[in-house]
Amino acid sequence: MAMWQPEYEALPRHELEKLQSERLVAQVKRMYEKVELFRKRMDEKGLKPSDIHGIEDLHKLPFSYKQDLRDYYPYGLFATPMSEIRRVHASSGTTGKQIVVGYTDNDLEMWADCFARMLIAVGADENSFVHVGYGLGLFTGGFGAHDGAIRIGATAIPISAGNTQRQIQTMIDFGSTVLCCTPSYAMYLGETIEEMGLKDKLSLKAGIFGAEPWTEEMRAQIEEKLNIKAYDIYGLSEIMGPGVSYECEYQCGMHVCEDHFIPEIIDPDTGEVKGPGEDGELVFTTITKEGFPLIRYRTRDICSLNYEPCKCGRTHVRMNKPHGRTDDMLIIRGVNVFPSQIEEVLLKVGGDVTPNYQIVVDRVNNNDTFEVKVEMSEELFSDGVKGIERVEKTISENLRSTLGIGPKVTLVNPKSIVRSEGKAKRIIDMRKLS
Amino acid sequence: MFIKQLSIFVENKFGRLEAIIDTIGKNGVNIRALSIADTTDFGILRVIVDDTEKAKKCLSDAGVVAKATDVIAVYIDDETGGLAKVLGYLTEEKISVEYMYAFLSRDTSKALMVVKADDEEAAEKALRLKGVEMLNPENL
Ligand SMILES: [Zn+2]
Repeated sequence: MAMWQPEYEALPRHELEKLQSERLVAQVKRMYEKVELFRKRMDEKGLKPSDIHGIEDLHKLPFSYKQDLRDYYPYGLFATPMSEIRRVHASSGTTGKQIVVGYTDNDLEMWADCFARMLIAVGADENSFVHVGYGLGLFTGGFGAHDGAIRIGATAIPISAGNTQRQIQTMIDFGSTVLCCTPSYAMYLGETIEEMGLKDKLSLKAGIFGAEPWTEEMRAQIEEKLNIKAYDIYGLSEIMGPGVSYECEYQCGMHVCEDHFIPEIIDPDTGEVKGPGEDGELVFTTITKEGFPLIRYRTRDICSLNYEPCKCGRTHVRMNKPHGRTDDMLIIRGVNVFPSQIEEVLLKVGGDVTPNYQIVVDRVNNNDTFEVKVEMSEELFSDGVKGIERVEKTISENLRSTLGIGPKVTLVNPKSIVRSEGKAKRIIDMRKLS
Repeated sequence: MFIKQLSIFVENKFGRLEAIIDTIGKNGVNIRALSIADTTDFGILRVIVDDTEKAKKCLSDAGVVAKATDVIAVYIDDETGGLAKVLGYLTEEKISVEYMYAFLSRDTSKALMVVKADDEEAAEKALRLKGVEMLNPENL
């Protein structure tokens, strides 16, 4: 199996952990000196860098949060003088002020290497044409792919996002073999290419899609429409950008570049570290980054980690696709429930359309009540009582097996779920009101 | 001979039924027959109207899910055993009746019954061959 940096990607785990420990100790020491907020948080916990001997002490370190980036905007968390920062990226986020991150020369090298690992894993080489359809700008997506393509000696096509006709023309004329863009745009491109009857003119072999959530159903459709294999990539600008983790040729979870980023899964309420395979909030510690390092950064993404060896020979842990955000997680009768899990079940029952739904949680006699209201649609409706009861039962049983607890399912009239600014209000948690 | 029946989803909520019937009436559509199947959670209102398409459209505009299905409406002689005779024809052909309900007939000497069988096509054929009179959609 081809690897870009087998000396790291396939490093035996005990050696990898030794490397992580050395890097973590050095990073903590450096950040304690250079980053005021980190020093303050360490002092509050009564911790000194000398208390951290290796990754076994990782759980002792203080968390960092998205809010920190806003509070110390723009450069307050940078750990090097600005003269060493070669490039900045920013993301606006959905709420409030933008955040900004910076990269030194080494950081940019490391980022290019991480993306290069993915390109090699999906079968790219120096003969490939990498079609960079992510935005090339302040957003981290495009440049990561661009630098990665150059790093492996492929030909980069920095077309950036938008202008579908030109994208398709370029793809055909320039012979693009690897497509990098968001999964929803890949889907749109696929549909357009299908309509135009140009599928045979494409040279595409693989697609690298990330920066937004997508489902396995979408993957199958993209693969069919573009006649490629579609791979998932994960990243966030606070940590690095795309390439923090990526799928290998087996498409079975995303390998985290563990020689640079240590992932942990924690209980978002207590901060306790959870075991392998357990769902929780994903937390990252960057152990090699110079310009903008973060210790135990709370991503708010929910997923789990799989330490089982992968068929590809890479020893780096695999994370599954994040299937929710802690922002909208509900705890019902002690069980974590994410709206995205409910959406997935409804998508299957609804025949590829997700019916509108609403989760209603209340507390009666100290017991949580859990109801899912689903809007009736032509697809779900039938003339017979039995048929409709079967729909209710299927939804309810599928939700029970997915979530671990079963809600009462109520079918309601179309458009009866309250919408504000066009978006349906998904969660009504009345427990907070009392 | 089939006629169109409109099946309507009725959410189990105070005033829903009235709102639906009111919507149909306000749009100038006349209800000829009606039945309700209900459970603790929801109901299905089944109606025969004089203009199915119009009724379906005005309901859909009002946010109500409705589906048109083919059913048969058979004339029953207004005498003892009249209904049993017709049902007997279906039983002979091993056709099960899922539900049925009465219909206002303009002809006072006969009763009208809407019959929904598990196999509606087979039911229609069986009754037609036995010479059972069925309602023509033009006479709605
Ligand atoms: Zn692998």
